[in-house]
Amino acid sequence: MASLRLLLAKPWIWSFIGAALVWLATVTFTGGYGGGGMITAALSLAVFTVIVGVGQMFVITLGPGNVDLSLPANIGLASAVAMKVMDGNDQMIAVGLLAALACGMAIGAANYLLIWALRIPPIIATLSASFIIQSIDISYGRGLQIKPPPGFADFANRQILGIPVLAILTVLFTIGAAIALQRMIYGRSVLAIGQNIRAAWLAGVNVGRIRFLTYTLSGALGGLDGALLAGYFRGANVDIGNEYLLASIAVVVIGGTSVAGGKANVPGVWGAALFLVLLLTMLNTFGVSAGVRLLLTGLIIVGVITAAGGQKALR
Amino acid sequence: MPEASADIVRLDGAEKHFGAVRALAGVDFHVRAGECVGLVGHNGAGKSTLMHMVAGTLVPDSGQIAVRGVIEDNYSVPRAQQLGIRCVFQELSLCPNLSVAENTRINHPALSGFGWRRKAADLIAAKLDEIFPGHSISASDIASDLSIGRRQMVEVARAFTVTQDPLELVILDEPTSSLDAHTAGQLLAFVRRFVAAGRSCILISHLLGEVLGNADRIVVMRDGKVVASDAAKAFDRDRLVTTMGGAEAREKIAAEIATQKPEAGPLRVRARPARQEDGNELVAHAGEIIGLAGLAGHGQTDLLLAIFAAAARSKAGIEVTAPVALVAGDRQSDGIFPQWSIAQNIGIRSLARLRSGLLISPQREAELATFWQKKIGIRTPDMNNNIFSLSGGNQQKALFARALGSDAKIVLMDDPMRGVDIGTKLEVYDLVREEAGRGRTFLWYTTETEELDNCHQIYVFKNGRIVANLRRDELTEKKIIQSSFGDAA
Repeated sequence: MASLRLLLAKPWIWSFIGAALVWLATVTFTGGYGGGGMITAALSLAVFTVIVGVGQMFVITLGPGNVDLSLPANIGLASAVAMKVMDGNDQMIAVGLLAALACGMAIGAANYLLIWALRIPPIIATLSASFIIQSIDISYGRGLQIKPPPGFADFANRQILGIPVLAILTVLFTIGAAIALQRMIYGRSVLAIGQNIRAAWLAGVNVGRIRFLTYTLSGALGGLDGALLAGYFRGANVDIGNEYLLASIAVVVIGGTSVAGGKANVPGVWGAALFLVLLLTMLNTFGVSAGVRLLLTGLIIVGVITAAGGQKALR
Repeated sequence: MPEASADIVRLDGAEKHFGAVRALAGVDFHVRAGECVGLVGHNGAGKSTLMHMVAGTLVPDSGQIAVRGVIEDNYSVPRAQQLGIRCVFQELSLCPNLSVAENTRINHPALSGFGWRRKAADLIAAKLDEIFPGHSISASDIASDLSIGRRQMVEVARAFTVTQDPLELVILDEPTSSLDAHTAGQLLAFVRRFVAAGRSCILISHLLGEVLGNADRIVVMRDGKVVASDAAKAFDRDRLVTTMGGAEAREKIAAEIATQKPEAGPLRVRARPARQEDGNELVAHAGEIIGLAGLAGHGQTDLLLAIFAAAARSKAGIEVTAPVALVAGDRQSDGIFPQWSIAQNIGIRSLARLRSGLLISPQREAELATFWQKKIGIRTPDMNNNIFSLSGGNQQKALFARALGSDAKIVLMDDPMRGVDIGTKLEVYDLVREEAGRGRTFLWYTTETEELDNCHQIYVFKNGRIVANLRRDELTEKKIIQSSFGDAA
């Protein structure tokens, strides 16, 4: 009983409860049919939101005004870079992944350079960076869909006992991220900066370096996500990352991370990503038209954020 | 003129408390028509609180205020304005994005309708010409483009402009602090003319010569009380300083400090304030407690921050040879992490030492917190409680624990005892002396003169510069005041 109350006090539990409810509703509607397949599909798709969501979470935790809006463009460019470097050749998979990572890191570092050197608010800096990145992507990829090597596409779609391999790896990655957030100097510093950047500086936190690392990390995760998406969907294109602009922010917020900064959690990103994917599946199953589906998605996100925001009026 | 009705403003038994702090302890104060009253006293003596009451921005907890002999029950800023009482506060209050004329309009709702901007411009320009002939300020200048001195000129001139409301009394709080000698002279001459015309003025200034030379009567405040009120002629500089400072001998922790002056350890800090023009610089060795004195906001905090920054990245004119930690005075904006527990708030400065391997060890973090909880006496049942579960004094102790528990050999203290109760203060003083005995260096900015008794060496600041360097045995309150007011030096 006491442990249940402790569990309910966690800010991330609500996103999982939401995901479970949505799944139940859908399964009830279909009369029990396709429940397992639904989870597999949800896991496969949620992975991509989780990866960028974790990057976005660290950025948002840096405090008010910090957000990475360049993720969609970043994902698009990195997917093209990865596919071109792999060039349909199984031998080049690792090199291609590294290239995508490097591409993302460069974008993240450039973002911070704009913020730091030109003192532009992050929201503007990352938005304008994303226009530049998109133009590069268009001229670099020439708008063509580039196919992944068969081995990579295989890997991105492989499952073990109905669980996607990517999902397992991503779980491991998020465990690492959670440890970094709570138990490493890096994570503590991010949390400190998000609560009070001046106090963090005066307490000896290397504010500039931590912010640089965070934007670079977010960029790197965007790059990795781009490569994986291209593998999963069997091809790179400019628009492949578009839906991750809102999704990456939504999962952070729904997951119980404070938009005001300084308070974050990793499990919530998973819960929220599953919730969003399952929500879409549910609305599809109910046969709701596309317009209504978007409307409902928006309303539900607003509702969740309002509900989640109400409980932590600490100050 | 009959005495009573000649009072423009009269306060009887005015008291004001801010939480546990008693800012005003039953003050009687009055200003007569055609009189310039000089008001002097230390930081925190209660001058500003008293003036806020006269201007209507603060309501006394008890006591009453009467204007022209009529008791005002619902006294407020608009009411004061109606009665002709204006105030130029120390904090410059022009809207930075508006022009001089537009700023003037804010105080004069009567300037309305077509061409109000023209009318406001004429009004302020005429007044500026009257007070500061040859001022070269245009009414269309945007406030933020003006130098701080010119902004102050505009602000002063604006207070003397008249439209529909009468003008009886102007409070000038440090009106010359940003003016050069020439414009300051113009202003004071104008004040004399203004008073000669039967109006009244309250002049607050830290330049004692200014007050002695221009006030008809001088009121001296100390510790929230009026301690003297007499014709200006009855005062001279020495009597003012003595009255402000409290001549009676205080108990000194000092004997201890004076006897155990440490032999000069290795150099820890050598710093020259950015605005220092002569060769004066601050020098601190291991084991020393260095006081930074002077009036509030005269560059002490700036120098501490410069030293803090220089510890991370070398900076011209500042030499720092050991790790530095800072104890913030403004807890909420410079110190506390509101989401965190007491233990986390203490540990943040020492994360690198709390690691085992790559990870922060919760056990070591708890050990550090418990050690300092005992040592400094943080009153809480559980160090894992949120930092805001502590009282203000205990929050400040946690910030001390953060600095003292770190590897820092140099501890900078930015007036950290603001709003801290006396019990906590005494505990921390002991701890500071003890830590200094172990070779730590303390740079201690304080606005409370008694705290300087803990220091071996005191640097007095004025206008961003070091103006005096006193050894502990040379320290008297009088000396500090004389240096920080320094207009006779």
